[in-house]
Amino acid sequence: MALLEIENLVVEFATASGPFRAVDGISLSVNEGEVLAIVGESGSGKSVSMLAVMGLLPWTAKVTADRMAFRGRDLMKLSSPDRRKIIGKDIAMIFQEPIASLNPCFTVGFQIEEVLREHLGLDGKARRRRAIELLKAVGIPDPEERLGAFPHQMSGGQCQRVMIAIAIACNPKLLIADEPTTALDVTIQKQILDLLMRLQTEHGMGMIMITHNMGVVAETADRVVVQYRGRKMEEADVLSLFEAPKHAYTKALLSALPENAVGDRLPTMPDFATLEASQDLGTLR
Amino acid sequence: MNRIILETRNIVRDYHIGGSLFRKPKTVHAVKGVSLKVEEGKTLAIVGESGCGKSTLARMITMIDPPTAGELLIEGEKVDIAHQKLAPELRRKVQIVFQNPYGSLNPRQKIGDVLMEPLIINTDIPAGERRERAMQMLTKVGLDEKHFNRYPHMFSGGQRQRIAIARALMLNPKLLVLDEPVSALDLSVQAQVLNLLGDLQDEFGLTYVFISHDLSVVRYIADDVMVMYFGEAVEYGSRDEVFSSPKHDYTKTLFAATPRADVESIRARLARKAA
Amino acid sequence: MTDTSATSARMQDSSRRRRLVEFWFYFSENRGAVIGLVVFLLLVVVAIAAPLLAPHAPNAQYRDAILVPPFWEDGGRAAFPLGTDAVGRDMLSRLLYGARFSLFIGVAVTALALTVGVLIGVVAGYFRGWIDTVIMRLMDIILAFPSLLLALVLVAVLGPGLGNAMIAIALVLQPHFVRLTRAAVMGEKGREYVIAARVAGASNLRLMFKTILPNCTAPLIVQATLSVSTAILDAAALGFLGMGAQPPTPEWGTMLAEAREFILRAWWVVTFPGLAILIAVLAINLMGDGLRDALDPKLKRS
Repeated sequence: MALLEIENLVVEFATASGPFRAVDGISLSVNEGEVLAIVGESGSGKSVSMLAVMGLLPWTAKVTADRMAFRGRDLMKLSSPDRRKIIGKDIAMIFQEPIASLNPCFTVGFQIEEVLREHLGLDGKARRRRAIELLKAVGIPDPEERLGAFPHQMSGGQCQRVMIAIAIACNPKLLIADEPTTALDVTIQKQILDLLMRLQTEHGMGMIMITHNMGVVAETADRVVVQYRGRKMEEADVLSLFEAPKHAYTKALLSALPENAVGDRLPTMPDFATLEASQDLGTLR
Repeated sequence: MNRIILETRNIVRDYHIGGSLFRKPKTVHAVKGVSLKVEEGKTLAIVGESGCGKSTLARMITMIDPPTAGELLIEGEKVDIAHQKLAPELRRKVQIVFQNPYGSLNPRQKIGDVLMEPLIINTDIPAGERRERAMQMLTKVGLDEKHFNRYPHMFSGGQRQRIAIARALMLNPKLLVLDEPVSALDLSVQAQVLNLLGDLQDEFGLTYVFISHDLSVVRYIADDVMVMYFGEAVEYGSRDEVFSSPKHDYTKTLFAATPRADVESIRARLARKAA
Repeated sequence: MTDTSATSARMQDSSRRRRLVEFWFYFSENRGAVIGLVVFLLLVVVAIAAPLLAPHAPNAQYRDAILVPPFWEDGGRAAFPLGTDAVGRDMLSRLLYGARFSLFIGVAVTALALTVGVLIGVVAGYFRGWIDTVIMRLMDIILAFPSLLLALVLVAVLGPGLGNAMIAIALVLQPHFVRLTRAAVMGEKGREYVIAARVAGASNLRLMFKTILPNCTAPLIVQATLSVSTAILDAAALGFLGMGAQPPTPEWGTMLAEAREFILRAWWVVTFPGLAILIAVLAINLMGDGLRDALDPKLKRS
């Protein structure tokens, strides 16, 4: 059964120079236990569409969709308290900037326990036990001690681990990871990706991996959606996408990888330059 | 053998941190004795993770910060900015391009002025010729003459990086230090900028020091590769040497951690998952 | 060649106009700011056209019309719309001329404080080290005094009078500009475009004033606007205490001081100068808030 189903999602922002369409008719679905990667460059609307699912867009955004269902319940029709019960509990999200995603004023332990209190209503002792368990699960050494640490006392990789711990605290059915490793070093990226994939298989979570990095896609995804300027270009399972990309944009994207360089220069699509030159490409990420 | 443009001998940079009322001053060794040589027209890539000292090294090579110890030689000439004023002729030989295309251009300066500023400061070329040269450089990096009077915020990231490269080239430098020039760019734009760098190197015989954390880019662009780890050069050799037989453990870890986007490795992963 | 320069001049023009349009878009979203701007412009017009608008000379004394109430009260006369003061001078005329003094004080004091403050602030923020320490401790000392008290002491030392009062107020206001400029310069100094200019060989002076300073203007403009109102207020206070403009100058604060003893008998002699000060200060503050909104880089950077 499909975990999340989106049909014809449109997101428009009101700006000083008229409405700007960041997402233009995206349809996609994720099954239980499946990893879906959404790939695209900046301005492709990949983050915006997922923020729309989470209901985290600012009020200037207008979201419409034919259908946006989580386990058969239409998210668009839910009242906001009902929706909040799902968001953060059954659907969790982690972001690109691990250090900025944590509140610098509170300890890591407090922030994990906050989620547990909010959604599960555990008492103090049980919360603490669970928080230690979670930190252990995401591979932080000395979890008892680290509960009292503040975000600035930890490295970026460790902060991302804490974010993951918070995300999986309520055993979500779906985890949305928005560029979870972009701000991290390569070796740390590897560790975080391994951790995410391990947790995904252990819990049988559905997962949406938003990224611009084809390497991350290749290492994590089952199925891939390629987006460009708010539209879906191609959807395929990961192997056929890399083996035989159908859409011209996907082909161009793959050939722009330096490791696929043939000869002295990288192939570029002339279309990109003209598109880039046009001002309205937008800076939404 | 070609001329050596850049050489460092056991170059060191320490930072002193703290030393306030309550804390003892601490010394951080950002770069611990790095030696390197770059020939004319070649590209040396310096690879490493954040905090490994690669940007500090870049700042020393660009003569922004003086080294704490060791020697820096540009075209065989010893440079010592800690003790004597830097001669303009020497200053012109090394220029830098930064990672962040949004921070490296003065938001209040028009593109034309950005490009002409180095000429105004360093030369007494008349205004008309300055303009001419700036226009030429603009077209050379793939922008239009109509962009001359625009402000940086009107450009995309890739275009700004082109402008930053054009500015660096205005003084006809010998050596260009590229500090993560494509890390902030999208894949397709990255390819364009890398191609541009290749074209410019061929045309002007430029020497590059290319700093990056992205191994696939390094493999594509570099002649020589240096891997830095906690301020030390743990691996230094030609590209093929380093990539085919890495010696240091850290280099091996780095290679293993780099995600691979080829069909075989995807197949292998899917097979592992199915099992 | 001429052709390209002509087109480029036009493009430059359109870019500037675009920025102005954008500025106005954000400024006009704040209704209070627009009202403030309108009132402020009215004040400027009044100040300039005071000789045309005022029915009487500001210092002309009418012996037969001492403490005449405003025209709508019993005993009021149409010749003196807002009444007269204790020596028979027309209130309205004095207020209109007073606008000249107040606006001049506000602008001149701010200009002085801004120039000196920015210079010192740029030096402190750019060079840091002991220069910075010395400058900032000095500013801290100035800021540690209640501002009016310090101005009062300075005027007492320099001698009372409008010019000395203005210098004193400028000195009191100037640390705010130093702090603001220093903070902005420190923030910008580490930016990559500054380093790039340094690598291009730019001298310290060029870096300080040509590269960095233009990028620090937004907070300074806001602070300068708000300083105009503070300067007007302080000058009025000094005038009220008899240390600023001296009688018979129709300065609003001095007018208040002269009217002190009639406060119970003739409400108009204190109310109108007070209102004038209130309106001028309020208008400028509202305008400053609007400027802050419009120039906030977080809102603007697209």
